[in-house]
Amino acid sequence: MSALLLERPPVETIPPDTDAPRIAQPVKIADPLIELRRIRKVYGEGQAAVEALRGIDLAIREGDFVAVMGTSGSGKSTCMNLLGCLDTPTSGEYLFRGIDVGKLDRRQRALVRRNYIGFVFQGFNLLPRTTALENVELPLVYKHVRAAERHRRALEALASVGLSGRERHTPAELSGGQQQRVAIARAIVTHPSLLLADEPTGNLDSATSDEIMELLVKLNRERGVTIVMVTHEPDIAEWAHRRIVFRDGRIIDELEEGGA
Amino acid sequence: MLWSTLLMSIREIRRNTLRSLLTMLGVIIGVGAVVVLVTLGKGASAKVESDIAKLGNNLLIVSPGASRRGPAANTARSFERADVAAIRREVSGISALAPAAQKQTLVVAGNRNWTTPVIGTTPDYLEVRSYTLAEGRAFTDSEANSGKAVVILGQTVREELFGSQDPIGQQVRVGRVPAEVIGLLASKGQAAMGQNQDDLVLMPLVTFQRRVAGSTTGNNDISSIYVSAAPGRPTILVQSQIESLLRQRRRPAGEDDFNVRDMAEIAATMASATGAMTALLGAIAGVSLLVGGIGIMNIMLVSVTERTREIGIRLSIGALPGEVLLQFLIEAVVLSSLGGLLGILSGLTGGWFAAQKLQVPFVVVPQIVLVAFLFSAAVGVVFGILPARRAARLNPIEALRHE
Repeated sequence: MSALLLERPPVETIPPDTDAPRIAQPVKIADPLIELRRIRKVYGEGQAAVEALRGIDLAIREGDFVAVMGTSGSGKSTCMNLLGCLDTPTSGEYLFRGIDVGKLDRRQRALVRRNYIGFVFQGFNLLPRTTALENVELPLVYKHVRAAERHRRALEALASVGLSGRERHTPAELSGGQQQRVAIARAIVTHPSLLLADEPTGNLDSATSDEIMELLVKLNRERGVTIVMVTHEPDIAEWAHRRIVFRDGRIIDELEEGGA
Repeated sequence: MLWSTLLMSIREIRRNTLRSLLTMLGVIIGVGAVVVLVTLGKGASAKVESDIAKLGNNLLIVSPGASRRGPAANTARSFERADVAAIRREVSGISALAPAAQKQTLVVAGNRNWTTPVIGTTPDYLEVRSYTLAEGRAFTDSEANSGKAVVILGQTVREELFGSQDPIGQQVRVGRVPAEVIGLLASKGQAAMGQNQDDLVLMPLVTFQRRVAGSTTGNNDISSIYVSAAPGRPTILVQSQIESLLRQRRRPAGEDDFNVRDMAEIAATMASATGAMTALLGAIAGVSLLVGGIGIMNIMLVSVTERTREIGIRLSIGALPGEVLLQFLIEAVVLSSLGGLLGILSGLTGGWFAAQKLQVPFVVVPQIVLVAFLFSAAVGVVFGILPARRAARLNPIEALRHE
């Protein structure tokens, strides 16, 4: 079943128009979007082996906004890589929409990323010397969306992050905050089930950081995008509904609020 | 996907115009060199063939002296008129035949003079050697037999003696013999070996032998016999008949003291020699194309390293490894085939100029152009696959961390 689900990009299954916002549902009693069960991740072998994750159990529901906190080396980045299907666990189960990601090969994991996951990075990671519009269109290129449709959706995504009129600018011509908005537009243009943000405000000043956080909250609230965000700044983590703290490869603290 | 990947690689190539051009340079030079050399080679072959055809139709040249150059080569007896008559009578399959005797002689007209080969021969000479008259007439049989002093000028001689004036009816002095100009040959241009075929004066053989040949008294020598084999008649048959006939008549002691050269055979030899030369040069140029391919691989490998982060971005937003592979492969192929196209263009341009300069015909060989293009595209595939595979195998996490 999983192969079928992966091979057919769910472009058609996604609500056709995102202008009609999906209101975030109150906690559903449904299968969680993401479920980690006794996840361990070991790098290296034998004497040099380093245990980055030492048994993680975590469930993330659709529409959640989760902040993952922890010092460097706590395992939070490793966890993000697993969630983003960029890596596989050494043992344990990672169920993404009921699919065991650990059993997928490189190509199948790329298909999961393409169809369900959007990434926002600390360093923006836009293609240099490429316009904002082309950057945002890129994921749609890989989804084989036709040029006209691609164009329309990219413009719409840029508008939704407040960058109308900047479509033709290259990253070098945009401020850090604007670049991160382009990156967010690129991440949401495919209507992913999960938005992974790795220190999204790490390179921004505090005023711009707040703007970016407001944008993420808005996307979460109005479109119901599930967001998992890594940060080490407590005041940034405040924006999320749920905060998970990593230390030494384990979750040591978890805090959930009614809303942010 | 293929189309958008193609557009993507074209954008990437345009983004780094200078580097792309430098990358392509190897292929451009390689393909260009192949095209120039093959074009010139084919032109040279065509020229050799047409030059030899200009020498005469199915021409056999009979001359005294052994074919192998030895001490006796120049002392061999000349032919006599009886030899010519015997060949005409006894050898079948001859369409025309002209005996000739030749001497470098000073020709004077008014206050101008010019030293040129004066050839004593019969009217058939024109047909055998594929000369045509531009003006005037050839000498008649009676003029030839009676030894009248009439001459036909080649274009070069006419220019030297008369400039652009009409020479027909004018008087010239050939050595010590006053003669009337009755005809003017049409220009034939250079021969295969570079001799000027328009620098000559023709006169009746009898007149030449009596009054021009020798130092004072004249002689009856015939220095060569030009034989035109009948069309469709194998020249080798005519050649062997002439050889056996002359052997009977001259009874040489040991080796033949004459030789019969078949111009068609010489043409074939020369054409195959230029053909072999063309192939050799083309192959050498092909090697440089290979070097160009290695250049592409080199740059593509550097490019993969340089664009590691970009590859990481693409992989993380959903590019499949196969799609990254395809992208880099297409980039290499686009680079190399673009280089191939530019190479073909510059090769044809260079070939055209060189052909003008070397005065050989400009012959475009479509097969070579096509092969050169396909080969350059293949170079892109072969040398693009390694960098492309390296790109596709990158780990997205590490690629994203790459600075």
